[in-house]
Amino acid sequence: MKKLSKIYLALVMLFLYMPIFVLIVFSFNVTKSRSVFSGFTFDWYIKLFHNELIMTSLLNTIIVAVIASVLATVLGTAAAIGINSMKKLPKTLVMQGTNIPIINPEIVTGVSLMLLFVFFAARMNFEFGFVTLIIAHITFNVPYVILNIMPKFRQMNPNIYEAAQDLGCSPVSAFFKVVLPEIMPGVISGFLMSFTFSLDDFVVSYFTSGATSQTLPITIYSMTRRKVSPEINALSTIIFLVVLIVLVAKNIIERRSVLKKGVK
Amino acid sequence: MKKLISAPYLLWMAVFIIIPLIMVAYFAFTTTDGAFTLDNLAAVSQYSNIFIRSIWLAAIATVICLIISYPLALILARIDKSYQSTVLMIVMLPMWMNFLLRTYAWMTLLGNNGLINAFFGLFGLGPFKMLNTQGAVVLGMVYNYLPFMILPLYNVLAKLDKSVIEAAQDLGCNNTKTLIKVIVPLSMPGIMSGITMVFVPAISTFIISRMLGGGSNLLIGDLIEMQFLGNSYNPNLGAAISLVLMVIILLIMTILNQFDEDDDRVLM
Amino acid sequence: MKKFLLALTALSVALMCGCSHIEEYEEDIETTEDEVEIQTVNVSNKDYYSRFKGQDISINVYNWGEYIPDGSEEGILNVNEEFTKLTGIKVNYSTYATNEELYAKLKGGASTYDIIIPSDYMISRMIKENMLEPIDMSEIPNFSNIMEKFRDPEYDPGSKYSVPYTWGTVGIIYDKTVVDEEDIGWDILWDEDYAGSILMFDNPRDAFAIAENLLGYSLNTEDSEELRKAAEKLKEQKKVIQAYVMDEIFDKMGAGEAIIAPYYAGDAVMLMDEFEDLDFVIPESGTNLFIDAVCIPKGCRNKEAAEMYINFLCEPDVAYAVADYIGYSTPNQATFEMLDDEVKEDGISYPDDDFIEEKTTVFCNLSDEANLEMQTLWTEMKSSEEQTPNRVIVPAFMAICVIASLVILIRRYIKKKKDIF
Repeated sequence: MKKLSKIYLALVMLFLYMPIFVLIVFSFNVTKSRSVFSGFTFDWYIKLFHNELIMTSLLNTIIVAVIASVLATVLGTAAAIGINSMKKLPKTLVMQGTNIPIINPEIVTGVSLMLLFVFFAARMNFEFGFVTLIIAHITFNVPYVILNIMPKFRQMNPNIYEAAQDLGCSPVSAFFKVVLPEIMPGVISGFLMSFTFSLDDFVVSYFTSGATSQTLPITIYSMTRRKVSPEINALSTIIFLVVLIVLVAKNIIERRSVLKKGVK
Repeated sequence: MKKLISAPYLLWMAVFIIIPLIMVAYFAFTTTDGAFTLDNLAAVSQYSNIFIRSIWLAAIATVICLIISYPLALILARIDKSYQSTVLMIVMLPMWMNFLLRTYAWMTLLGNNGLINAFFGLFGLGPFKMLNTQGAVVLGMVYNYLPFMILPLYNVLAKLDKSVIEAAQDLGCNNTKTLIKVIVPLSMPGIMSGITMVFVPAISTFIISRMLGGGSNLLIGDLIEMQFLGNSYNPNLGAAISLVLMVIILLIMTILNQFDEDDDRVLM
Repeated sequence: MKKFLLALTALSVALMCGCSHIEEYEEDIETTEDEVEIQTVNVSNKDYYSRFKGQDISINVYNWGEYIPDGSEEGILNVNEEFTKLTGIKVNYSTYATNEELYAKLKGGASTYDIIIPSDYMISRMIKENMLEPIDMSEIPNFSNIMEKFRDPEYDPGSKYSVPYTWGTVGIIYDKTVVDEEDIGWDILWDEDYAGSILMFDNPRDAFAIAENLLGYSLNTEDSEELRKAAEKLKEQKKVIQAYVMDEIFDKMGAGEAIIAPYYAGDAVMLMDEFEDLDFVIPESGTNLFIDAVCIPKGCRNKEAAEMYINFLCEPDVAYAVADYIGYSTPNQATFEMLDDEVKEDGISYPDDDFIEEKTTVFCNLSDEANLEMQTLWTEMKSSEEQTPNRVIVPAFMAICVIASLVILIRRYIKKKKDIF
């Protein structure tokens, strides 16, 4: 039984990793071929870093992801606090509305926002670009922030907020000193989730970005529709490594904190 | 004061979630001049074969995901606790790569001169036509959305109370029976949210069908994209198709929700 | 767990090594050139170009994919970079794959572009729909370089809105080691012997033109019956087609994934340079002649800078770099004179005048009704089932739905009963 499950695990891993390993191996290929490995080179990496289009869109992606996730976190945290103190009916209604962007197919979210922006662009004389892109990203990010924070309120003892006020805190400082630390894990995980969703989003960005705000996924898409250069493999390898390092670091940090707790 | 604090979000929700959806509905029911019409919705029925194909392929992909993920999630849930998070991380790692790149990787693998056919060639087999088929589209869906199935299943199974399983075994259930009578029913919420999380993106994708389907296996997503930014510009028709897609998803989700006894959905 | 990863790596490496052995027959793709000539741009009127220096202006250029030298190979000019160097104007460059995509993006996207490069029929459609800004030709001194026969074209009478960028014909690219036939005509794209190895245009106008040519219709037909018959013809073709593509053709033809593909002559030149096995033919029965021209769309933010960019593209040196890199034919007289005789006489980029006169047709803009009909027929054709339609699917799906709802009802019933006890 043990052996069987190990084999199964290995097979699934093979399925998950084979395409990525192929990309990585061929990023070092001398020729452009994707089936014959004829020699080792770093050329594609050098070319990648000199490719202005990719570098600008990488910068765009990071700018959009940072701004959108920060704003979404602020907006979402405030919203969660408000929603938490609502009565049952409005609460359900708002949560239903919040669920819409999560349940709706991405393409519908993208298309509907595009229709809205086109409508306003014609009347208010603005154009598609960073603003529309960031608005769109905030829109699909906020629900995840709210969903991450709401359970923290349920776990929290509602009396401590009042207790803090009884002990002389103003409502605002009571919030910052008592409530915020309690919901902080939710805020952070909501922020991280928004950030990664923003970095990775293609569909919504595809419909809402403009001429000057191409993000990396959009650039990758247009690369796959043209003559494909192994630069794309090099890019994949770098992204894979970055993700790997981040996740390993996260894992180590978590383990350490678990160990510390264990010691206590 | 506390109520006011959510006001910005409520405004945001109204402007950027609700109004856009109303606009989709508005476009679906109007002509380019803004006059009321039902023609767009009527025109959608012309593409019913695309809808059927999308539902069919997405359903197959969802079922395959479930079949692959369930044993995997069971294995993951039973692994020694100290390893669990590491193994889970390794399983989830590919999901963090950009999905365009992952799909592109399959393009290079499945081609007539791709590595898989080269591998078969070693044994004198093939080449098989794999790229640009419906099978390739399903494969792409399974590969891209598999983690969305694994995660909710794992979440449910890892939290499963061990004593319940022991009780079932004490009461004379063998392994298979325990699985069917106890574990599966208890993991129903995970199964349901996994199904939704795979099915919804799968039915509406346009990248996977374009990259792996060769442009001749159109899905609903392709059809919508074509009407807005593609080869046949007609936003009114596009809006009508989006509307129908939303209704279909809503219907399917209502059906699924019926199986889900607990209201606690396991998101993420 | 590390062991698994190691095993996986080992496995994939082993797999790949194995493959590289058996595929040795494939030739190295990169052609090594002995001498790399470095291209440079010399402009006569530096003052004209330096007007906007230091003003931090940028223009948005929206062009076809693979349609400008981008400095990606050694010695190749990077046109946009050179332009920025010369004028201080930043270029935001993005690409599209078909005229229809460009149209949709402009019509619905509310993105602003300063430069677009549509083809003939799309230009007249855009003029008709008031989507283009008239160009001030006095701002473009290099317009005098454009050949007489490309001025005052039918799609843009008086050359008010467009300056020709490139032109060319549509023909068939094929692998001559596999296709050993003479007199290759459009019907080879329907040939079942090559089923699964044929690519096809992924845009309605070019695809319909091929079917219309084969059926003997005008390439500009607006007749509903003829359009329907052409769509029928394309539907018939579906079973032999590997994929509907645009610029993916470079990859698929280059890697030997496909054997036959209709495409633009310029790209054929580019492909044949790289892969010796490929050849190109313009069917004797006739073909489409296209002209792609630079236009300024309405809503452009900096018209003068855009006009400067157009003028830059008409510089003989720049137009030469373009013609040399993308392989398309140039409408620029000064550039034409700079070309090698070899290129002028290969019959691909510059077919002789008689052939052009008798066998080629330039697309016109169709009426709105015909455009809509073509779009609808195209979507219908692409969505039609290539295999015999599977009759099981619909009833199976219905059955599943019915069973699902029944199960729900029964479960609810049982639950209610349980609740009672």
